[in-house]
Amino acid sequence: MNLPNINKKRIESLLSQDKRLDERKLFDYRDIIIETGISGNAEGSARVRIGKTEVIVGVKLGTQTPYTDHEDEGTMITGMEFSPMCGERYEGGPPKINAIETARVVDRGIRESGFIDWKKLCIKEGETVWSVAIDIYCVNDDGNVLDASSIGAVAALMMTRFPVYDEKEEKVKFGEWTNDPLPLTEKVPFAMTIYKVGDKLLADPNREEEDAAKARVTLAISKPGKEYMINSMQKGELDTINGEDLKKILEESEKIYDKIFPELDKQIKSLQK
Amino acid sequence: MPYTKRPDGREMDELRPIKAEVGVVPNADGSALFAHGDTLAIAAVYGPKPLHPAHLQKADRGLIRANYNMLPFSVTERARPGPSRRSKEISMVTANALSSVVDLKRFPGTVIDVEILILQANASTRCAGINAAAMALAHAGIVMNEMVSSVSIGKIDDKIVADITKKEEDWTEGEGATDIPFTLTSNTKEITHLQLDGKISTSRMMESYDAAVKACEKIYEYQKRALKGEKIDENVSLKKEE
Amino acid sequence: MTEKTNKKQRKIVIPGEIIVSAEDHLPGDFTRKEDGNIIANRYGLVDDSGRIIRIIPISGAFEPRRGNTVIGRVEDITFNGWVIHIGGPYTAFLPLAECPRYIDRKAINEFATIGDVLNLKIWGIKKGSIDLTLKSRGLGKLEGGRVIKINSHKVPRVIGKEGSMINLIKNSTNTEITVGQNGFIWIKGDFEGEKRAEEAINLVVKEATSTGLTEKIEEFLGGKVEKITEEVKE
Repeated sequence: MNLPNINKKRIESLLSQDKRLDERKLFDYRDIIIETGISGNAEGSARVRIGKTEVIVGVKLGTQTPYTDHEDEGTMITGMEFSPMCGERYEGGPPKINAIETARVVDRGIRESGFIDWKKLCIKEGETVWSVAIDIYCVNDDGNVLDASSIGAVAALMMTRFPVYDEKEEKVKFGEWTNDPLPLTEKVPFAMTIYKVGDKLLADPNREEEDAAKARVTLAISKPGKEYMINSMQKGELDTINGEDLKKILEESEKIYDKIFPELDKQIKSLQK
Repeated sequence: MPYTKRPDGREMDELRPIKAEVGVVPNADGSALFAHGDTLAIAAVYGPKPLHPAHLQKADRGLIRANYNMLPFSVTERARPGPSRRSKEISMVTANALSSVVDLKRFPGTVIDVEILILQANASTRCAGINAAAMALAHAGIVMNEMVSSVSIGKIDDKIVADITKKEEDWTEGEGATDIPFTLTSNTKEITHLQLDGKISTSRMMESYDAAVKACEKIYEYQKRALKGEKIDENVSLKKEE
Repeated sequence: MTEKTNKKQRKIVIPGEIIVSAEDHLPGDFTRKEDGNIIANRYGLVDDSGRIIRIIPISGAFEPRRGNTVIGRVEDITFNGWVIHIGGPYTAFLPLAECPRYIDRKAINEFATIGDVLNLKIWGIKKGSIDLTLKSRGLGKLEGGRVIKINSHKVPRVIGKEGSMINLIKNSTNTEITVGQNGFIWIKGDFEGEKRAEEAINLVVKEATSTGLTEKIEEFLGGKVEKITEEVKE
């Protein structure tokens, strides 16, 4: 069912008292559960559940000729699909614009943060580099699929192991793996999305809250040192946000980062073993 | 090297360890997971629901629309996302395999959507998909005469075997490999889906049907147990493939 | 042990499963007689309390019947009525003429606009579409509160015998509740009450097949009602 007007009003009137239906505080997340090793044929994979929202992410590696302007760097492609499985409102067919947007926002966060050491993905300059393909599938949508996708992509990358590369034949032996992890840095980019519902800001909406939102801002943040670095940002939906909103979003994003992401990072690292 | 024992040490008629569970997709009307060893499928059912555009509607019955989606990372070399000629054909045979047991006359003009994701592939993916889909349909309260169960029977060299793996599918020695996926109804053992890829003499074909009957009876028991609430995970480690 | 908790747990069957020999029994809802047996046509719970064996569905999409009271959301407005989402297999339509009072065609969205929810009755199921009416007592637009959705097959449990369950929930949470047979439920009260009512309904849904359901819900509501009154005192 699409959001009834009375439900929207109820959400907004509660928010005006800084309350939410499930009693969470405005910037609290639901429980986040990460599992890895979802697909044995992927170089890395993860399942992320935020409340009832679920996404599955897989990473595959391959080789290709590098782009002419980055002849010694690996490449990356990120795809995303809302499978018709994930809710009654979804139809089959090629990925719609919301899926493309999600993929691109996740992609930019990873690309710009310097999370992946691209130069270490060079096999032979100007000829062969590793290509990283991230594929994200939403299995059940109960809101905030975007953040789940970002967390899933990071987790899957952290689990990724190189397949065997046959130097003589100059090709990948698919289905055979090394123990070498993907060259990653400490600049772990996590995307978080702040939604504007009525004139209130909140994080991690469930499906109804997300439907009630008029605007959202996604930030992918990494924290290599003491500073919080924004690596990608995207304002979404039709409504505007003002300067006050932006200020509040930046303040809250730091708090969210500290509250949630070091813990997730630890969770994923414990799964690596 | 003649094919005298299976690479993973199974008996000729033995299935891989099974995983089976229902209710894995909370939003769906019905859903299920089914795995033959490391071939893993999840299926979700929505409907019956209105079918658009209207010209697709059948005046006297509803439709089952299946979509088989093999995820890019489910195979060792990344598959291109999106439908292929292969996945479209499998979607069609899946819909056919399921339709014959469903009471489609109950809601004319409607559609039941069956979405299948293959998370991990090691042969027999269409069979895992159909097994999960049949469970998801039942779980969605769809009126059905009986269940269907699916298995790929192989003739590897000169042996008839059940539930074949990629390694067996790729067998080239002796008589090579023949892949024969079957879907059978649980009570009447009617064939709702049959394909064959390889070479087998007409005189030996019936052996594969007999093997399918035997294997599908076992699969049906797993489907039944899962639908009754059990979460099945036969996580026994088989002998490592050599 | 009370009679209720002593009641036999009902068995789940799956399509095609033999339930019992047809010698002493007759096939009822969602079953058939075949080769001397009563066989299930659907996944659900077996009711074998009488001679007639039937299956009580526990899952699946809403199956509309004439006379059902349902709650629906306005999806679209046409020149002569409203397209209403009630779930289930067919699109539903409320013609202008089925409103209890005169509504000017030009002002059609003043009565109900997209996103509004209504309490309606199914008066006809034609091939491929459902006709709705507001011309009956208690029907109309729902104002305030909110709508939640449960599986339509759990509705009888939420209502309970002669409305016992729903009345228990209403009284304990001080809310107004209207249960649509399509599983859409409207709850109106104060915030705490609505929340408690929703939780209680979800508990009924979750425990629908277990024995001693009423006691469980009573216990659940009992505990929390106290908590609410305490808060009020402060």
